[in-house]
Amino acid sequence: MGQPGVIDIRGVSKQYVVNERALQVLTGLSLTIQPGEFLSIVGSSGCGKSTLLRLISGLDVDYSGEIRVDGQQVRGTSLDRGIVFQEHRLFPWLTIEKNIGLGLENSTWPAAKRRETIERHIDLVGLRGFEQAYPHQLSGGMAQRAAIARALVNQPSILLLDEPFGALDALTRSNLQQELQRIWQAERLTTILVTHDVEEAVFLGDRVVVMQPRPGRIRRVLNVSAEHPRDRADPELKAIVDEVRGEILEAPESSAN
Amino acid sequence: MSSLAAAPSSPGSHSPRVASLIKVARALVVPLLVLVLWRTAVARHWVNPLLLAPPEKVVTRALIELREGELWPQLFASLRRDVLGFALGTIGGIALGGVLGASRLADRLIGPTFHASKQVAIFAWIPLMSVWLGTGELAKVVFIALAAFFPMVQNTYEGVHGVAREYVEVARVFRFTPWQLVRRVILPAAAPSIFAGVHLALFYAWLATLGAEYLLAAGPGIGNLMIDGREQFAMDKVFLGVLITGAVGALLNTLAATLERRALRWRVRNV
Repeated sequence: MGQPGVIDIRGVSKQYVVNERALQVLTGLSLTIQPGEFLSIVGSSGCGKSTLLRLISGLDVDYSGEIRVDGQQVRGTSLDRGIVFQEHRLFPWLTIEKNIGLGLENSTWPAAKRRETIERHIDLVGLRGFEQAYPHQLSGGMAQRAAIARALVNQPSILLLDEPFGALDALTRSNLQQELQRIWQAERLTTILVTHDVEEAVFLGDRVVVMQPRPGRIRRVLNVSAEHPRDRADPELKAIVDEVRGEILEAPESSAN
Repeated sequence: MSSLAAAPSSPGSHSPRVASLIKVARALVVPLLVLVLWRTAVARHWVNPLLLAPPEKVVTRALIELREGELWPQLFASLRRDVLGFALGTIGGIALGGVLGASRLADRLIGPTFHASKQVAIFAWIPLMSVWLGTGELAKVVFIALAAFFPMVQNTYEGVHGVAREYVEVARVFRFTPWQLVRRVILPAAAPSIFAGVHLALFYAWLATLGAEYLLAAGPGIGNLMIDGREQFAMDKVFLGVLITGAVGALLNTLAATLERRALRWRVRNV
């Protein structure tokens, strides 16, 4: 397996201390993600799925257990792991082009190559013509496209997505899911998508990890074997969606909510 | 997008050019009324002309002072110490405010002392200044710097302290160096607040310039011109000083507002 982007998660637990009481967020989590795989993580709120993504990104390193990326223990953030948050987090004082270029701030590439790479990513996410716009001039969907370009511009081998379409309207959301599938097929990088949208998880993922809360753990992992690009109307996908939904509803604590 | 501020007030369908002319004309209504009232009050002897010099005498006085070459050196002396004090106070204020905003330890160590000392009314420093530094240029500049320093620290602190954690995380994801974090994230994010501080600092520095010239009298300056006027009972001179003070203040403010608009063009308007 020469291609980079293997993520190995072993016995990971995480707790927060709230009001001097330990709150277990994740417990005994183990999972291996293959290079180039698209993995969806789905679960009700409070199941620790976003926390897990923050641990993989290296934004939070206070946990027990092991997270290894290409054999290396994660000890902090890395330019090899791009991340897109639920809010676009573009800097309002920079144009779209400059925002996307932030990922190359520390690159050793010559200026011409940087320019060309930024251009290519503007095209990749379909924002040609908006290079000089400021974030507040874009719609939510367009801003999220820019955020995806910013995460991809320095060509990481892993892309982490933390409910990236959660704040968008339904039409824009399905549009961007389609776009994400296309981008993933073009770039073929290991991708982890955290979402509470079951259709989204199944439509995009090669595997779907269903998590359950209190404490956060894996309930089931389902394979989605349908070829990309996928058709939303595919009965196989619908069957898996129903199965995943069933798992989430059966999870003991979430039904008590 | 629609907001009250964005809606044209009442000039309705006029072109922007005409609309801005109307705006200027409206702003001039009150000053013109004051001028007419002033002129009439003197002409009709409602007040003693010794106490209230007529407007034309103020203009004549300005021309005389200009011709005799008195006005420019005085104005220049005031502006020089204003700019010097403002620059010192602003640089020091941004530095301290930035450190207090970025470092919790510094905030705990220095913050309480700073917040206590800013409660001292600015003019209460004058007696100390005059004892420690005399009444010369140094004392004046230090006093002006102090007046600019306090609002600058306060606003820089609030700006830096309030930088969204979300942006700092983006910087961590891209592995920014501390210097990149400051230059690329903290300074631009804090800029609106820092500019608000610059506005206040400009205002206080000019106030302090006149205060220092008045209370630490010695040497040239617009304040000195006014003291002379008062002592010679030349009210035209005093009025001239008041007008110049106001004009310079307004000019500095416009300058700051223009710079701010250019630097913060990215900000969302009409929200």
